[in-house]
Amino acid sequence: MHTKSVAQLVKGLRERQFSSVEVTRAYLDRIDALDSQYNSFITVDAAAALAAAGGADERLASGTANALTGIPIAHKDIFCTDGVRTSCGSRMLDNFVPPYDASVIQRFKSAGAVLLGKTNMDEFAMGSSNESSFYGPARNPWNTDLVPGGSSGGSAAAVAGLLAPAATGTDTGGSIRQPAAFCGITGLKPTYGRVSRLGIVAFASSLDQAGPMAHSAEDCAFLLNTMAGHDPLDSTSSTAATEDYCATLGDSLEGLRIGLPTEYFGEGLDVATGECINNALKELEAQGATLVEMSLPHSALTIPTYYIIAPAEASTNLARFDGVRYGYRCENPVDLHDLYSRTRQEGFGEEVKRRILVGTYALSAGYYDAYYKKAQQIRRLITQDFMHCFEQVDVIAGPTTPGPAFALGAKSDDPISMYLEDVYTLAVNLAGLPGMSLPAGFVEGKPVGLQLIGRHFSEARLLNVAHRFQQATDWHLRTPDSAKGGTL
Amino acid sequence: MQWETVIGLEVHLQLATESKIFSGSPTTFGAEPNTQASAVDLAMPGMLPVLNEQAVHYAVKFGLGIGAQISKRSVFDRKNYFYPDLPKGYQISQFEAPIVGKGSFEILMEDGSSRTIGITRAHLEEDAGKSLHEDFNNHTGIDLNRAGTPLLEIVSEPDIRNAAEAVAYLKALHSLVTYLGISDGNMAEGSMRCDVNISLRPIGSKTLGTRAEIKNVNSFRFVEKAIHHEFQRQADILEEGGKITQETRLYDADRDETRSMRSKEVANDYRYFPEPDLLPVVIDDIYIESIRKSLPELPADKRSRFTAQYGLGPYDANVLSDSRPLADYFEAVAGECGDAKIAANWVQVELLGQLNRAGVTIEKCPVSATALGQLISRILDNTISGKMAKQVFESMWKGEGDANEIIEARGLLQVSDTGAIDAIVNDVLSANAAQVQQYLDADEAKRKKLVGFFVGQVMKLSKGQANPQMVNELLAKKLI
Repeated sequence: MHTKSVAQLVKGLRERQFSSVEVTRAYLDRIDALDSQYNSFITVDAAAALAAAGGADERLASGTANALTGIPIAHKDIFCTDGVRTSCGSRMLDNFVPPYDASVIQRFKSAGAVLLGKTNMDEFAMGSSNESSFYGPARNPWNTDLVPGGSSGGSAAAVAGLLAPAATGTDTGGSIRQPAAFCGITGLKPTYGRVSRLGIVAFASSLDQAGPMAHSAEDCAFLLNTMAGHDPLDSTSSTAATEDYCATLGDSLEGLRIGLPTEYFGEGLDVATGECINNALKELEAQGATLVEMSLPHSALTIPTYYIIAPAEASTNLARFDGVRYGYRCENPVDLHDLYSRTRQEGFGEEVKRRILVGTYALSAGYYDAYYKKAQQIRRLITQDFMHCFEQVDVIAGPTTPGPAFALGAKSDDPISMYLEDVYTLAVNLAGLPGMSLPAGFVEGKPVGLQLIGRHFSEARLLNVAHRFQQATDWHLRTPDSAKGGTL
Repeated sequence: MQWETVIGLEVHLQLATESKIFSGSPTTFGAEPNTQASAVDLAMPGMLPVLNEQAVHYAVKFGLGIGAQISKRSVFDRKNYFYPDLPKGYQISQFEAPIVGKGSFEILMEDGSSRTIGITRAHLEEDAGKSLHEDFNNHTGIDLNRAGTPLLEIVSEPDIRNAAEAVAYLKALHSLVTYLGISDGNMAEGSMRCDVNISLRPIGSKTLGTRAEIKNVNSFRFVEKAIHHEFQRQADILEEGGKITQETRLYDADRDETRSMRSKEVANDYRYFPEPDLLPVVIDDIYIESIRKSLPELPADKRSRFTAQYGLGPYDANVLSDSRPLADYFEAVAGECGDAKIAANWVQVELLGQLNRAGVTIEKCPVSATALGQLISRILDNTISGKMAKQVFESMWKGEGDANEIIEARGLLQVSDTGAIDAIVNDVLSANAAQVQQYLDADEAKRKKLVGFFVGQVMKLSKGQANPQMVNELLAKKLI
């Protein structure tokens, strides 16, 4: 049952081949049996999940089922869940139980999905390895000595380890795509504003975007159908019309023009990873796509630009965690200053504190023009680079990451080398574009991700390209050995 | 040395929207602590602001009211600082691109002179909550009911030269915003709060001195006192050759002094940057014009009209146009009785006097404008004397009926019957033969005094009801 896709589970539930309680129990059993290897979940409430599954079965029986009725979904622990602890991977929110659902969670509930559990993540989504989590790192199912990527590492590991049929993630600089690449699954970061940010603990407001993580593009399309849409309570959410993202999955790739930025294939790219990407591109070419070499000239400025804007926004978004109203509070504060400083000193981890400091500095009087304002100007240039390319091509393709997953601890003392992990993914967030990662091969048993980048609101086209690729390949169907145990 | 005071005022005006500027919570004053604070107001994780369009509408209305530039694109910024009653750790405000640009309006002084005060800008922002330092056993309580209440911060140019002008400016502003209906202007409830920027310079100098900002001055009277106090403080320092420190000072009404706030707070770096959770506010001409069409007659226009239409002096016109309900009341009285000057006099002297003594607002005045107009009509048609009318007004105030009912019930009708008055005059003259002789012997100047005696006697005998004009005429005829 746990090897079925979301599409197959939906069909099986409709046809009463199995019940939602059976499906949900199968995944809960697998979490029980296998998650000690992955540490992919922070919170699992089995009783609540089974109760929700029972309700779903009643609706299935009475013929009032919705798109995802009875499907268990794992959610990154950054989405606020009514009555279920939402930690954001931080000691700061270890005791925080929201009295409300994020819009994304509400949408899944309306669609009938069952909340399976909350997945591990880098603290406040800041990291590329899941090692900054207060709950310890999640591990890569392909090799548990490796990181699963981050920040949505728990979601990627849970899906790759077959502990959930699909999951949600958020992506501020690559946090869906990079762990999807590392864990051999498919992940989509939609256009900025496509999915509501309401109820998602904010990291960098102008970059954050939630998206689906699953085995296949088809499953991602299923989830996106539920997630996408305007939310009047998120002023930055788009009013652009949504589509049925499943409807065009099978469209032909004949005549598709794919841009290959030279900057994404140059120095820094692992040779074997590059070969996997080239092979994947050949498959797309074989289906009728044309490959076009092109350039994103401001690519070299991406990392410094991102590491000004994201920390600047984060430094003020995280100001609310002050020990006054909710979350962690230090013991016996002597005065207000002591309350603030010890609460934040003890409640936040190293990487979060580093980014708050960087962001605070970048916004300070006398530095604002040189850093934040300049970064916003460069951000516009980076966006223009993409716009120019999209005058010639339909999608842009390249590697998701410079190389496959690395060992736990390998980069945790070297923030700069950690930041370089996101060199190919950051620009997509700065430009607000949709991007996805899909399995494209293996290097020494470690998955490699192909990244596709599209025009604003071209999610349907990206999913179509990915789906056609997956119709011709089986990289996304491979199961790591570590996931082969557990109850069936 | 002779010093010139240079004053600029920043007014935080609470807008009269029903809900908060970025959440759906109500803005009602005086509710139980934290009962009007939603997840957004509490800055719960993941909560996002949504701009209340009514606040934008009101800000534009204000801008049009002072003839200011309205920004078609304005931007919200985050102003970052830590304080327990500021739940997000930043206030959403407007920094580089405020919604209202330069404008101006005229203030009228008591001597009838007027001055134009420039407005630098006005921007939208959210209010913070309140820290309550009492009743919590050495802890501080936080009430977030006020957090997120919409404010319009109105910044004046340094055009104000003394305390009287500052007060006149605030009164004119108060009048304008209540006319526009964008604020209740209730200073006691904090709907209009004022920061005073003040500096001194030698008279004749064109350069500005170093200023101090006095925060938290929340009544017209305190503004006046704070300015007087701060002038003296700065003048003393300058006279002794000292220098003014640019700083924020707090006005303490209890001790009537200003004192420096902690330097740490003065040295705040607010790290302003554009609020990424909100889009820029973009408005077009159609929107602006539709608001322009909804503007009521503004105080300055009404003042001019009162002068032109009713022949009122500038001071009277100013008093009567100060608030819309008062102006409406006056116009209704004038319409009812047909004599605007007497109506103006009655409204200003009797009515406002009575309202002030009773501490009642014009909206809750127990005597309607129509009723007052009818009373004045009875003076004009000689039914009662002005003096009696005042007694009738007292009774009307107490709810004893309308003018005609009271006049009738009390038998206060003025006697204008020649025969009746003639009889009383004859009685008085015969009862006071000695005074009559005295009168006849006196010269013209003394006669004028003595005639008052006879008038008084007649009025006394008639219980005040005799028409004074007729009494005078009859006496003049008989005392020959």
